[in-house]
Amino acid sequence: MTDSTVLRLNGLSKRFGPVVANDDVSLTLAKGEALALLGENGAGKTTLMNMLFGHYLPDAGSVEVADENGVLQSLPLGHPQAALAAGVGMVHQHFALAENINALDNITLGSEPLLALRRNRQAARAKIEGIIERSGLKAPLNTPVGRLSVGERQRVEILKALYRDARILVLDEPTAVLTPQEADTLFENIKAMTREGLSVIFISHKLREVLAFSDRIAVLRHGRKVGEMATADADEKAIARMMVGADTPKVARTDMAPGAPVLNLSGISVTGRSKRDTLKGVDLMVNAHEILGIAGISGNGQSALANVISGLAAPSEGHIQVDGIPVPKPGPAAMVKAGIGRIPEDRHHEGIVGAMSVAENMVIERLDDPEVQSRGLLRRDAIRDNAERLAQAYDVRGPGVTASSRLLSGGNIQKLILARVFERSPRLILANQPTRGLDMGAAAEVGRRLLEARERGAGVVLISEDLDEILGLADRIVVIRDGNLVEAGSHDREKIGLMMAGEPA
Amino acid sequence: MMDLLNILLSESFWAASLRIATPLIFGVLGALICERAGVLNLGIEGIFVVGAMCGWMAVWLGAGLWGGALAAAAAGALFGLLHAVLTVPLGLSQHVSGLGITLFATSVSYFTYRTALPNVSSPPRIEPFQALDIPLLSDLPFLGPVLFQQTALTWLALLMVAVVWYIMNRTALGVAIQAVGDNPDSVDAQGLSVYGLRIGAIVAGSALMALGGAFLTMSAFDAFFFGMVNGRGWVCIALVIFASWRPGKALFGALLFGAFDALQVRLQTEMGALVPGQVFLMAPYILSIIALVIAARSADYPRALLTPWFKGQR
Repeated sequence: MTDSTVLRLNGLSKRFGPVVANDDVSLTLAKGEALALLGENGAGKTTLMNMLFGHYLPDAGSVEVADENGVLQSLPLGHPQAALAAGVGMVHQHFALAENINALDNITLGSEPLLALRRNRQAARAKIEGIIERSGLKAPLNTPVGRLSVGERQRVEILKALYRDARILVLDEPTAVLTPQEADTLFENIKAMTREGLSVIFISHKLREVLAFSDRIAVLRHGRKVGEMATADADEKAIARMMVGADTPKVARTDMAPGAPVLNLSGISVTGRSKRDTLKGVDLMVNAHEILGIAGISGNGQSALANVISGLAAPSEGHIQVDGIPVPKPGPAAMVKAGIGRIPEDRHHEGIVGAMSVAENMVIERLDDPEVQSRGLLRRDAIRDNAERLAQAYDVRGPGVTASSRLLSGGNIQKLILARVFERSPRLILANQPTRGLDMGAAAEVGRRLLEARERGAGVVLISEDLDEILGLADRIVVIRDGNLVEAGSHDREKIGLMMAGEPA
Repeated sequence: MMDLLNILLSESFWAASLRIATPLIFGVLGALICERAGVLNLGIEGIFVVGAMCGWMAVWLGAGLWGGALAAAAAGALFGLLHAVLTVPLGLSQHVSGLGITLFATSVSYFTYRTALPNVSSPPRIEPFQALDIPLLSDLPFLGPVLFQQTALTWLALLMVAVVWYIMNRTALGVAIQAVGDNPDSVDAQGLSVYGLRIGAIVAGSALMALGGAFLTMSAFDAFFFGMVNGRGWVCIALVIFASWRPGKALFGALLFGAFDALQVRLQTEMGALVPGQVFLMAPYILSIIALVIAARSADYPRALLTPWFKGQR
């Protein structure tokens, strides 16, 4: 390696019980380089970075980090303090920020003597403002972090690392919670910092941003490094193949004639506290054998629409018909009974009851079913058998059907929800951001299941911020903006993009 | 109506309010520190008893008054440490541990008292703290008698309000305590010890609570009685919420409760013939419940309150 190497991971391995999370992974990072760490969920990306940062102690291997003079020094493993001192900063997927204190205090936390009677806030502020100046990572310093936007919080997290003089910055899925615009800004900031000599490793499974913003790509699969290449030479298809180990199965989509209407919303208005919770007299018709895609920038009324269809919000005006039958008092139970299956946006909080078992979660929407209960008592054996069968059919992996559902990974929680929804053969499926945060394999599975339901004769409302997903799955596309729905009339990406932004197409 | 006005304008009423508020000020500040760090300390009622007993007994055994206060604080800190070990590194239920501490601390205090004095019917008296008589200032009209006839412990309580406020808002330690009560990960990620901060806060808070108890036997009265704490600890737990975990508001809340209490005693003598005495005894509690209902609606709880944190689990 050249003199400019700032980080070297040598043969890192880590097992959690019988699970091999990382197996003999070696990596190097050069000064000023942006390295993308790609891989599916569970490929071992985060574990690898946690070993680098000292959160986990590796079973084998070593880490070397360059000191101020560029000489590689071996890093004591298992000590976050040592990593911090060596200039490694890590920004976790879940922010580690105290919301009741301001950004300045969050950034300086731990770098001042605790027992000093006075703080030197002036010096701290000057240093932070200098970093903001150089990196472009703007964030209000005096506002409690609880009042900052997600994008601002992320910038505060990065500022925290830079304030500690990080020379190597690790970002764990930095754009998972950002809007596309915020994501672009973030990567521009990162570019600016790498030009100043900062070295960056970012974890991602979004190919687009990896191709656009990295210098080099390393791909992990099942805990092993399966490929490494300069981004300039990278080919999207080849990388995707490397990540999943085979060509991504292109979802087969046959044309189908739409059937009778299964959902009919007419003149639905919802008065919400914010724009995201407001609908302004919308009409919507979904037919059998049809996937209707709702495209739009987040916060334009998608939540309100989803809440109306799932019965969580009562419209102030308008009528709802499911399968041609009016639903006079729409509530969650009434909508489920009317034949609507819901895949909620926040699968951890609205999709499952985390403290209840996988098996119980699988029957939670049909507790009055005689297969599930008799005379008010749950039929536990039947519930477990049902769960075993569904877990098999839908490939729900985890510690078993009697374990708490919160122990499942995000992808498996989604499969649990899919199993619950599809087993009831609903007339209409509301899929709200069904693939957000899922890896490519799991996302493809969701798409396949939605198409299967369409084939069976269900209607699907697919709300997504991922335009590619809508373009790939939907028969018909409607754009939501400012609480209004407008038929897109085509699958023209450019035109839909303009409609989403509110420009006359 | 005139009577009420007379009461509210009398020096003795305000002096009494401040006197009654003093143990509450210690207690609320102590509970505030614990909860700011993310740990509810329901041991407070028992720690009051321990403080009352230890302070008084140390003086009775020959320690000076300040020696007694120190003994009370140390005993409170010890029970705080027990609560801290159970709830912080071991992560047990803060409710269960706190109530256990209260039962344990109360019983141990009574046990010690009875073992030391097996056959007395009325407890031996000590020479308690006397009013700090500051020349000239004490002679000020109205303010003089209200403020300058209080004992040193009341002054210490008022001083502690300022000290706790300063630490919480102006020092790195205070910021770290606030952060650990909101999101322990934020503290851990920056290399500070979550356990250290929380244990330290509980121990310090418990020492303050015990001083509240010590005030009862060393200032308000001059001996230790069974049942003398009489729910003051629980009142502090409510007052912390009323105070939104802020020292200044804690002082205000304690004074308000003290004023209610002082008022009911006086109304009882004025109107005792018309209304049963129990109504007046209830009044401060009912009024604090009403105040709490109003204040707690917008209460901004420390987010990590009651949530144990374990190293290495994210």
